[in-house]
Amino acid sequence: MAEHLQREIREMKKAILEIGAVVEESLHKAVKALQERDEKLAKSVIDNDVEIDHMEVDMEEECLKVLALHQPVASDLRLIVSILKINNDLERIGDLAVNIAERAAFLATQNAIDIPLDFPLMAEKTKAMLRKSLDALVNGDSRLAYEVCAADDEVDAINRQMYLQVQDAIRRHPDRVESLIHLLSVSRHMERIADHATNIAEDVIYMTEGEIVRHRTEDYPSQSRRV
Amino acid sequence: MKFSLRDLNVWFGSVHALTDVTMDIPANEILGVIGPANSGKSTFLRTLNRLNELKPNFRMTGDVRLSGADINKTDVDLLRKKVGMVFALPLPLPLSVFDNVAYGPKMHGVRTKKRQKEIVERALKEAYLWDEVKDRLDTPASKLSGGQQQRLCMARTLAVEPEVILFDEPCSGLDPISTAKIEDTMLRLKANYTLVLVTNNVHQASRVADKTAFFLSGRLIELDDTDKIFTAPSDKRTEDYIGGRFG
Repeated sequence: MAEHLQREIREMKKAILEIGAVVEESLHKAVKALQERDEKLAKSVIDNDVEIDHMEVDMEEECLKVLALHQPVASDLRLIVSILKINNDLERIGDLAVNIAERAAFLATQNAIDIPLDFPLMAEKTKAMLRKSLDALVNGDSRLAYEVCAADDEVDAINRQMYLQVQDAIRRHPDRVESLIHLLSVSRHMERIADHATNIAEDVIYMTEGEIVRHRTEDYPSQSRRV
Repeated sequence: MKFSLRDLNVWFGSVHALTDVTMDIPANEILGVIGPANSGKSTFLRTLNRLNELKPNFRMTGDVRLSGADINKTDVDLLRKKVGMVFALPLPLPLSVFDNVAYGPKMHGVRTKKRQKEIVERALKEAYLWDEVKDRLDTPASKLSGGQQQRLCMARTLAVEPEVILFDEPCSGLDPISTAKIEDTMLRLKANYTLVLVTNNVHQASRVADKTAFFLSGRLIELDDTDKIFTAPSDKRTEDYIGGRFG
């Protein structure tokens, strides 16, 4: 019985990592499509989202099956509940990657705007948070998870900076309002992705330490209230 | 505290069955006691109403108090009246339903039929059996189902107005519906009694116990709120046992 459960858990860990890899790839392509003004690549991200949706449903069914059949307790229970929640966060990140791809597809059809928005930096930080949160999940590494929580601050700060820059750009280029609002949306989507990566990290901390750290910002002091 | 145990050690001959057990059992709560075979959980339970004394070569040291009074200085009949026990297998006496429940009060001097009827009705109601048997109190107890027999045994214990009820694997031979009825009954009883439940079914402890104690090799490894034990136990051995990795 216990060995059977451990086998199921090993399979579930493998499956959640596969979802994580597909979502990471989707985010990577969405950002690349934005930076390279590649409409075709953006559309491929949109088309591939259905795969992530199916994976999420399969994963949830697997979690419910294991909960019902094995009635796990303690660390096994924490792991499965965490996977269930992380699965949901990953699916939402997939949706946000689609949102970025949709903006990228639109922007690719418009003339480029020459304003110094630092999307590459924001994208790198966001992708690094997602990668680290998944590494923390695989290795049960709460130290790495705390780093992700703290890094959310930096992405929030970039998002606020972007808002000010776009506000200024709208004043200077009122004819490009539509494109600028799309760019602001991309910033907002990336900031939301960082929030979901933080959720994943918080679930990893619960999984490894048995403590719920959500809404306890004193645990990672550099993090301020999310915007 | 209903029970307070300090440095309890129990031996049967050369076998050291319980080692340095110190714990408190709060009133009006259910304490679940779990652990693998030979972990000392039944010995622990039988210490509380001095049933261990019936075994040869029994010896104990330490202090066990019921409501502040040393159990070893309490009259054993009075102690067992205050600390009732329900065993793994329902063992109704070869008597009617009524006489099974009235047996204890009669032994303790309740002579009038009227008073006996009042006690039997109260005890059967407390054990949530009254509605199922009120029209057949003269039926032999052996005609009841296994689950009903077990609740009859609970009623028999309740009839003598105990303070504490000890349960030693009370659902081991019962189907899920009968088990659920016993568990519901336990949850209702804690309003008026203190319950200690030894069980091999860890999920039963998680369902009904307020606090859970894990025993291993005669030692109390961990005692904590049940939700803590089953979500984030402090000791790896507790985790391994409830997770089915050993035992």
